[in-house]
Amino acid sequence: MKEVTGNNIITALAGQFETFEKGLNGQSQSPVHQVRRAAMAQLQDTGLPAAKDEEYKFTNLTKAIGKNIDFSLPKPDFSQGAEAINQVKINDLDAYSLIFLNGEFNAELSDTIEVEGLTVLPFAEALKTKADVVERYFGKKADAEKDPFIAMNTAFSQHGIFIELANKTVLDKPIALYFIGDSQASQLAYQIRNLVVAGKFTKATIIEKFDTLGDHASFTNVVNEFSVDDSAHIQHFKIENDTDKAYHISNTHASQEANSNFTANTIALNGAMVRNNLNIRLDAEGCESYMNGLYVLKGKTHVDNHTVVDHIKPNSYSNELYKGIMDDRSKGVFNGKIFVRQDAQKTNAFQSNKNVLLSDNATVNTKPQLEIWADDVKCSHGCTTGQLDEDALFYLQARGIQKDKARAILLHAFASDVLENIDNEAIRNYLEQIITERLEA
Amino acid sequence: MLRIKNLQASIEDKEILRGIDLEVKPGEVHAIMGPNGSGKSTLASVLAGREDYEVTGGEVEFLGNDLLELEADERAREGVFLAFQYPVEIPGVSTTNFMKTAINQIREHRGEKALDAVSFLKRMKEKMKLVEIDQSLLSRSLNEGFSGGEKKRNEIFQMAMLEPKLAILDETDSGLDIDALRIVANGVNALKSRDNATIVVTHYQRLLDYIVPDYVHVLYKGRIVKSGTKDLALELEEKGYDWIKAEAEAQA
Repeated sequence: MKEVTGNNIITALAGQFETFEKGLNGQSQSPVHQVRRAAMAQLQDTGLPAAKDEEYKFTNLTKAIGKNIDFSLPKPDFSQGAEAINQVKINDLDAYSLIFLNGEFNAELSDTIEVEGLTVLPFAEALKTKADVVERYFGKKADAEKDPFIAMNTAFSQHGIFIELANKTVLDKPIALYFIGDSQASQLAYQIRNLVVAGKFTKATIIEKFDTLGDHASFTNVVNEFSVDDSAHIQHFKIENDTDKAYHISNTHASQEANSNFTANTIALNGAMVRNNLNIRLDAEGCESYMNGLYVLKGKTHVDNHTVVDHIKPNSYSNELYKGIMDDRSKGVFNGKIFVRQDAQKTNAFQSNKNVLLSDNATVNTKPQLEIWADDVKCSHGCTTGQLDEDALFYLQARGIQKDKARAILLHAFASDVLENIDNEAIRNYLEQIITERLEA
Repeated sequence: MLRIKNLQASIEDKEILRGIDLEVKPGEVHAIMGPNGSGKSTLASVLAGREDYEVTGGEVEFLGNDLLELEADERAREGVFLAFQYPVEIPGVSTTNFMKTAINQIREHRGEKALDAVSFLKRMKEKMKLVEIDQSLLSRSLNEGFSGGEKKRNEIFQMAMLEPKLAILDETDSGLDIDALRIVANGVNALKSRDNATIVVTHYQRLLDYIVPDYVHVLYKGRIVKSGTKDLALELEEKGYDWIKAEAEAQA
């Protein structure tokens, strides 16, 4: 076999893949499985991102997981109780909760959802009963050739959720996906594959939250594919507030049709290393895309947000706002690409990334990249990195507010314009509480 | 109330205050005047506790405490208030919320219970009227996009809310038109009592028509070179600062 970056990981995964294949029985001939096989071959051929890989140069995830995760080990059992499971849920969030334990859907703990026009199935089941839809969309947006972690995920895609909204289906409340891992007995690694197919004039909010219970390391690799049809309004939340030993990568790919609206809220509050790749294709006119990102980091947490917005057709709008607060030895990375193709006249595309460093050892690498081929567009981008404003701090202190409290007020205010964009009160409150506790500690 | 003895301060090794002596008693209004660069604003900042300045000598006693030992927020909780020459804009923090936090931290310091919402609103309404400031302005981000006059009125509003024992107005008149000046001065006068004192730092005599000082001190090159009554301010208005400079240079 060819020697590639992350060879040990890939060799172990190849072994796991064989076992996985054997367990599939009749399904190993399905078209979906051919996609998996191709992805596995792809991964074996290209390997994982090397240290010098342009896309991963600030985030050496290959090295980090190679050191902390043994991919040849079997997945441990989930043995946490109901109380621990409930604790990771967002307080007062009125949502349909779907629970995944160590990556596998648990029907017993999950709400049943009965909404006309809505199909919600565990991914493995959708492969059987909704094979035609899955085959149409699976791996079409998230290209295994583009990112080795997508290839890895695709090869093992079996668990996750399949959501299909028939035309004009409007959800009365969000669907919350809680991915809960148990690393108490040993390390844990699993992959999640979600597919959301939203028909015309649909409206839905999907929330993803990853948590690990236990002291051992964990690795989660998730791929989300969103197909957003004409005039659909889809909102996605991704919330990471995991353990200090949690390694996580996500690839979220959305493709928008005419007059649709897609909002991605990407929040990272804790973890060992978190990498979020967000890719939005505005493949028609009149699309709106909103990307709100917030990372509030401490300890040695490393969070990397890579976003790509691709304006393909005219008259669309995108707005991206990412803000970060880094304390201790934490590290933030932001890379935001905006493409405006030649056809995409009258595009409005805005991007902003602002960072505050609270310690001398905290760092951030931020890089906006705009590539514009159309000539009649409005685009702007800006990034700032700085310390807390000393004049503002003195002003608050001069009114009798203690320094720590004044600091917390200013940081809270800094984060507030991202929080204000969050169109869900329970989630906003949940985040505000964590941030307040963090900043006043 | 306030006793300053031979106060010396510098910034980045540049000596600004070279020995200030000043005593302020309850109920008094003192005006500090002087040409640009004489150290007026530095004195105000040093008293409020800005860390950019290094106190290199002297003493400041406030209500029996060593003021220089206290952090800026501790000074404020003890009753020192600085109305800023350039109020800072703070996006994302409303004046209302900020005042609520400040008042309750001060009350906590005094061992009092937090102000309930009704009492807080009542006090807000009362003080808003005093400086003719609108509720909508106070709900917005602190000073963000405020006009010069609105910023200064907001300073006096905050002063009214916090009821300090010693108020230091740092060039509160600069950039104000006559109407705004009158509103600000009325606010300051309404808050005057036998128990509190005011230090008005200004370049021009104009403000002193409205806030009548008991004493006027002229600061030049980091020292008080002349003290007198309000007539001294009028004399300065008429003759400018050159004669003061000449007198001071002659003495030196």
